[in-house]
Amino acid sequence: MRKFLLSTLAAGLLAAATPALANEGPEIEKQAWSWQGVFGQYDKAQLRRGWQVFHDICSNCHSMKLVAYRNLSYLGFSDDEVKDFAAEKQVTDGPNDQGDMFQRPARPSDHFVPPFPNDQAARVANNGALPPDLSLMAKARNGGPDYVYAILTGFDDTPPAGHVVPDGMYYNKAFGGGNIGMPPPISDDAVTYADGTKATKEQIAKDVVSFLNWTAEPELDQRKSLGIKVIGFLIVLTAMFYALKRKIWADLH
Amino acid sequence: MSGYKFDNKVVQWVDDRLPLFSVLKHSTTDYPTPRNLNYWWNFGSLALMVLVIMILTGIFLVMNYTPHTSMAFNSVERIMRDVNYGWLIRYLHANGASMFFIVVYIHIFRGLYYGSYKAPREMLWWLGLVIYLLMMATAFMGYVLPWGQMSFWGATVITNLFSAFPVVGDYIVTLLWGGFSVDNPTLNRFFSLHYLLPFLIFAVVFLHLVALHTVKSSNPLGIEMKGPQDAIPFHPYYTIKDLFGVGLFLIFFLSFVFFAPNFFGDPDNYIPANPLVTPAHIKPEWYYLPFYAILRSFTFDLPFLPAKLQGVLAMFSAIIILFFLPWIDSSKVRSAKFRPIFKQVFWIFVANALVLGYVGGQPPEGNLPMIGQISTAVYFLFFPFLFLLGKIEKPRALPQSISAAVLKDAAHSTEKA
Repeated sequence: MRKFLLSTLAAGLLAAATPALANEGPEIEKQAWSWQGVFGQYDKAQLRRGWQVFHDICSNCHSMKLVAYRNLSYLGFSDDEVKDFAAEKQVTDGPNDQGDMFQRPARPSDHFVPPFPNDQAARVANNGALPPDLSLMAKARNGGPDYVYAILTGFDDTPPAGHVVPDGMYYNKAFGGGNIGMPPPISDDAVTYADGTKATKEQIAKDVVSFLNWTAEPELDQRKSLGIKVIGFLIVLTAMFYALKRKIWADLH
Repeated sequence: MSGYKFDNKVVQWVDDRLPLFSVLKHSTTDYPTPRNLNYWWNFGSLALMVLVIMILTGIFLVMNYTPHTSMAFNSVERIMRDVNYGWLIRYLHANGASMFFIVVYIHIFRGLYYGSYKAPREMLWWLGLVIYLLMMATAFMGYVLPWGQMSFWGATVITNLFSAFPVVGDYIVTLLWGGFSVDNPTLNRFFSLHYLLPFLIFAVVFLHLVALHTVKSSNPLGIEMKGPQDAIPFHPYYTIKDLFGVGLFLIFFLSFVFFAPNFFGDPDNYIPANPLVTPAHIKPEWYYLPFYAILRSFTFDLPFLPAKLQGVLAMFSAIIILFFLPWIDSSKVRSAKFRPIFKQVFWIFVANALVLGYVGGQPPEGNLPMIGQISTAVYFLFFPFLFLLGKIEKPRALPQSISAAVLKDAAHSTEKA
């Protein structure tokens, strides 16, 4: 039994180490996030600040097609606030009883209205580069949220000597190849937080990355709190199985 | 017909017409199992449990999934966001695939270590390998269904392997694709087959169990049961031991599902498939990586035998050769416990498989291709060496019987205590 557990542990460690070795690209610095670890949960005040950053800055170029306005109520916004956020944008609906398409304000049930009607329009407005959809960004890159944070804070006006930055591109030390099409999106005081938090560049990046992690993993809070109960139950159940096993096998030895 | 008599009249009535209860009795409380099975013998029943979990979660996923290139990715995200507990069902299914392979790899290596494939268990071993092959096909097609970048490009790379075969290769690829590139027809047929194959697996598992119950379990000593003193009934002894294993396994499995659900996944698969953008580093899921490394180890074109064809043939041979293991392994002794040299060679083989897996997951740069080639050579040299080893190795003396060995062990441990 001891031998078995030892070898299982060794195999588990090996399996855990293998994907960790597979990271590529520039070094990504790990950050502390509120939702890390078994007991980590989202900080809803932070998510609301992150929404404000996304709303004021990111959403001017980036779409977020998988998230609906109604989802924002999870962040603690009231139904009226959610309605107001939705109503800022117009969507095409129809046809009406006259057979015409018409414009109406977005409703909470609508998904976030993208800033451009299609990818071509987005490229034309952004110097040929396509700003990617941000719905899943925090889990669609190696490094996840740490990577997104590194990109947001990785801009540098003075690239290392010998590094050529083409016209219309920006030097970013976290981006593969070093040149990114996105202009530095955030700076100190780029937003004024409704809750009075001091808007340093790092604070803004932290908040918006937390928001992006929520849009990528909206189930995280529920997943972890259910997980703790399930694993706790299983530990008790397994202990009882073990006791029963000892009892049943006792007459054999 | 059955010969069993039951106290309950209803049970007796049913059993006389359909031997449900006699079969159950025959294969549980009356089924003799060696009394010395260790915990490595838990992985067979664990594999069956994972198969059931995969089929059940899969059925619920299909209720909400749309197999069309323009909707597949978003339908999966809808499952994650809007379907009640959809995230749980999908993460159980996605991590369950990895768990299935972990369990089955341990099960296969256990068979290798204890020589479980030797007579009279050759058919049992073959059926197991058939299950393994079906699992690989099923998992490959399942990975294509979310239609992310790695789904699309993995499908493209793997299906293209068949183009290596001379003359018929391109026709096979067109047939697999249902067109001239990986596209909607490919997704549709993969979806259909991904739903079909698990039921085939289930049927072969049934045959695997029939074969098992005919020849009975092997055991760590590798000697046959010689009488009732060597055996204990499967129920309750191994049902409770298996349940304890199930508990430990579920803790392991569900820890990933709840706390690191994307550990085994590739971030690229959260980007919708795009035929115009190739990911920087296309790699298959971890459970194929050793074979992927073997595939990539062949880099010299020979006349009539281009490197790609060599790689594909080597990759298939790497599995086919396992079917011949009962005859390649010429030793009369089953268990590595009594084979001092084989025991070392076995662990070298395991380590070598892990090295192959590591190499398969890395871009082919630096020393890695060379390491991969050496490991591939080691993999294939293992088999002729195993044949020779059986002829020259001096095995240690086998115990008289299972019960003799068990009782000696028990006496030994009481002395120590």
